[in-house]
Amino acid sequence: MTTLPEKTQKKLGLVIDLDTCVGCHACVISCKGWNTENYGAALSDTDAYGANPSGTFLNRVHSYEVQPTPTSDQPAPEAQLIHFPKSCLHCEDAPCVTVCPTGASYKRVEDGIVLVNESDCIGCGLCAWACPYGAREMDAVEKVMKKCTLCVDRIYNENLPEIDREPACVRTCPAGARHFGDFADPESNVSKLSAERGGMNLMPEQGTKPVNKYLPPRPKDTLSAPAGDIDILAPYLEPVGQDAKGFLGWLDKTLEKL
Amino acid sequence: MHPAPSVIFFTVFSGIGFGLLTFLGLGFPAVTGFTAFAFFAIAFLAAVGGLISSTFHLGHPERALKAFTQWRSSWLSREGWCAVIALITMGLYGLGLVFFDQRWTLLGLVGSVFSVLTVFTTSMIYTQLKTIPRWNSPLTPVMFLSFSLAGGALLSGQVTWALLLLSIAAVVQVLLWAQGDGALAGSGTTLATATGLGPRGSVKAFEPPHTGTNYLLREFAFTVGRKHSQKLRLISIGLMAGLPIVLLLLPFSHIFAALAVASHVAGVLASRWLFFAEAEHVVGLYYGKR
Repeated sequence: MTTLPEKTQKKLGLVIDLDTCVGCHACVISCKGWNTENYGAALSDTDAYGANPSGTFLNRVHSYEVQPTPTSDQPAPEAQLIHFPKSCLHCEDAPCVTVCPTGASYKRVEDGIVLVNESDCIGCGLCAWACPYGAREMDAVEKVMKKCTLCVDRIYNENLPEIDREPACVRTCPAGARHFGDFADPESNVSKLSAERGGMNLMPEQGTKPVNKYLPPRPKDTLSAPAGDIDILAPYLEPVGQDAKGFLGWLDKTLEKL
Repeated sequence: MHPAPSVIFFTVFSGIGFGLLTFLGLGFPAVTGFTAFAFFAIAFLAAVGGLISSTFHLGHPERALKAFTQWRSSWLSREGWCAVIALITMGLYGLGLVFFDQRWTLLGLVGSVFSVLTVFTTSMIYTQLKTIPRWNSPLTPVMFLSFSLAGGALLSGQVTWALLLLSIAAVVQVLLWAQGDGALAGSGTTLATATGLGPRGSVKAFEPPHTGTNYLLREFAFTVGRKHSQKLRLISIGLMAGLPIVLLLLPFSHIFAALAVASHVAGVLASRWLFFAEAEHVVGLYYGKR
């Protein structure tokens, strides 16, 4: 059914830490690797070695530059580069589900995962139009809609060692920037992390109520801080020989006078 | 949005076809026999041709029947139902007129209502999308309906109605363009809200996820032709309403009527191309595009 469940027993989802993400794209590759070999149609690449390569990905990492507004403390704050992984947010009020004419898209009552039943998908693309996050991509070869499954074939998979029973992107992240858990449980790792660090929703004005939360990055660079040393070694690193001697010294003074 | 020819063709011709069916169902013009056959043939050709064309953009058209299952929640599914009901009732109504010289008034009335509902449900597929602020407006269904009825009046030869409805369609079109131009900015969705980084400062897309293109960019970040949108708007509205109105005001001739129809169809095609090409999907913001 393409109507949304009123309530889901669990709210499985991810916390993505924008403070920690280093933009290595390992999650992108492990996601594509796992999901092209397991549940559902493979994630195709077209013209992979040609002039115009393109492919289906369920997770993509963007990079954004943020230029903080100057303040009296920080008259010329450094711009910050923020890597930004983006996949399905498994919204509570998922617009992609209700627009589906065939019932192929659905949100699971037991855990809140938004899935596509590929054998029912007619490939009309309307769900991708309805998603503000670009989380759904029509596969160019299979002609069905592909999206993040929260690795539904890993998290409940008793053939895998317990440590591997989390989404491939979370399992692989070398920086520990991705966390998986149940948001319906206020004591879960993800609920606590999100509460502690001010987890935020993307595009809250779209009214989708995303389950996945993003942790805002902390300010990092303090190069332009006016007071204090930037390093305890700084006094020892005072530049020496500021005044040129000999011919260069004469040239410097002469040019000054002109 | 990528202006897919199959979808433009579908919305334009099914709009005109169901518009004509609406008038035929109400008994305008009150034709029977061979003349009725000609009118119904044109209407069915446009409506069914448009619907068939819409299946060309499906990845798996062989599963299209499944689209009838979700009418409780999906406008696309409701559109399928309305179209089938309208075509069946109008088919029977037409049968009576063409072969039995009978006007089954109630059947025609039901057919007309469902023809209008088909166009309305089509428009709601676009109107419901909050992700495309330009379409997410009550004016979108008004535009689809006024275009469909104006085309129907023109094709059914109802000159007075055509003059009135073409003028209304032109006004609605101008209002929709004017409102649409500020829709993305007015929606409150920006790169700042999309990334949640707004409170930290001004956000700029630094590097896209891939060096190549992808489905999202092909489907949603279509910017070609926006440069000429103002000129195209003038051409579109001139052909859609301006020229047909002038031709209708001239003394009646079949050549003028045919020209008016051809001009109207060309204008609606241009307008529908712009409807898609000018629509900005919010996902483009993630790529620093609109």
